[in-house]
Amino acid sequence: MKLIVAIIQPYRLEEVKQALYAAQVHLITVSEVLGHGRQKGVTEYYRGVKETGNLLRKVRLEIAVNENFVEPTINAIIKGAKTGKTGDGKIFVLDLKECIRIRTGDRGTEAIG
Amino acid sequence: MNGLPVNTVDTLFVLISAALVMLMTPGLALFYGGMVRRKNILGVLMQCFAAMCILNVWWIMIGYSLSFAPSNGFWGGLGWLGLKNVGYAPMPDYSSTIPNRVFMIFQAMFAVITPALIIGAFAERMKFSAYLIFTLLWATFVYAPICHWVWGSGGWLKQMGVLDFAGGIVVHTTAGVAALVTTIIIGKRKNLNHSPAPHNLPLVVLGTGLLWFGWFGFNAGSALGVNEIAVNAFITTNTAAATAGITWSLLEWIRNGRPTVFGIITGCVAGLATVTPGAGYVGIGSAMLIGILASILCFIAVAVVKPKYGYDDSLDVFGVHGVGGILGTICVGLFASKAVNPQGADGLFFGNPHFLLTQATAVLIAALYTVIVTFLIYKFIDIFLGVRINEQEESIGVDLSQHREHAYTILE
Repeated sequence: MKLIVAIIQPYRLEEVKQALYAAQVHLITVSEVLGHGRQKGVTEYYRGVKETGNLLRKVRLEIAVNENFVEPTINAIIKGAKTGKTGDGKIFVLDLKECIRIRTGDRGTEAIG
Repeated sequence: MNGLPVNTVDTLFVLISAALVMLMTPGLALFYGGMVRRKNILGVLMQCFAAMCILNVWWIMIGYSLSFAPSNGFWGGLGWLGLKNVGYAPMPDYSSTIPNRVFMIFQAMFAVITPALIIGAFAERMKFSAYLIFTLLWATFVYAPICHWVWGSGGWLKQMGVLDFAGGIVVHTTAGVAALVTTIIIGKRKNLNHSPAPHNLPLVVLGTGLLWFGWFGFNAGSALGVNEIAVNAFITTNTAAATAGITWSLLEWIRNGRPTVFGIITGCVAGLATVTPGAGYVGIGSAMLIGILASILCFIAVAVVKPKYGYDDSLDVFGVHGVGGILGTICVGLFASKAVNPQGADGLFFGNPHFLLTQATAVLIAALYTVIVTFLIYKFIDIFLGVRINEQEESIGVDLSQHREHAYTILE
């Protein structure tokens, strides 16, 4: 089992979701986060004052999957999130030790799907 | 100077009413702003405030002349450009007791809010520069002429006997129909399978409160004096809003099992829009019926017709203001009574079916003219500038792509 954590551009979320659904991945947790990548911040203006270097808004996806879903999930995220420009984000794949479904007490690969 | 004495009480009343109507545009901004997704709220607020800024200047420079200067039946001409010949003396064609300039500034607020109403139709996907040009052209070629036809000295619809107390045709029909036209041409928002829920419903509620409050200036103020008609308009306005709110809630309760906040306030606005043309011509009982009819028809337009035809009128400008304005104008033809307003007319239910025909013809002509000219203006801008933002800008949101600002921060 793996936990896939991805940081993507907020405005690509819809495309990523569609790509994941197409890959039969339906279980996903999304949160809004701030962070710094390699790119410099977007430029914003407040009453004409230019501000750069702000922490950027990103969306973080967390998806726990069984081994056979790891590559399809990664590919779906790339398909949805990639624009080719700096700031598209990153995908982290972590080993997942255990997964428990609260309702039934199921554990492991059973509980993930 | 024509020597008519200015009545200071009437003048004070209309000035205060003008201030009330002014507040409706910021109210509308919150009403619409709360409804869009949170990445687009500033775009809507900006469009509303830009309308206040550019249209107020436009009105002083050319708008008031085009709309109200005495000329022929079709437009006001250029006689009052830059407020030339618009002085402190009353203009008896409009009111013999308040200064022409006071009438001018009262009407300025109507000219601001009418184009601003259309914003809801193309919300979340229009280029800001295109919006500015659209607003100016639309005000010049749609609002000003129709305003002159219905309210202007010698206006041809006015001569026909058409009655529009505070803007059922001039404001709500024109804006609502223009909304339908622009929403169809600009196309649906991207990546939307269903209308998104308002991102901040309390803002929508606050906006509705400000609109209802300002509407007293809009309708009662349209009596242009402190008199029986103003009192009647105040009460009919309030009553129609209330009955329409109740009706919408009941419809939702029956159809969907629960009355909603979004529903009750939509009903109130539908009632306010619908009673507008009749506020000074119909009695209080009729106003209740108008409120009920308003919610029934607007509910059908929003909950049945729109999903069926699938046009993406983002914030239901046509469904609420267009349908409300058209219905309200027809309702004047049904419910108007000379017992309420001797300068008005009797409608169908008071023995004068011919007047209903007059009202229906007028609203049809105004709607047709609006469709054609709005379409031409849109296409003209689209050729030279492009009206719609590109897909990426739309995904990012209007706030950041058009104004480089965020409405809300996270964490800090």
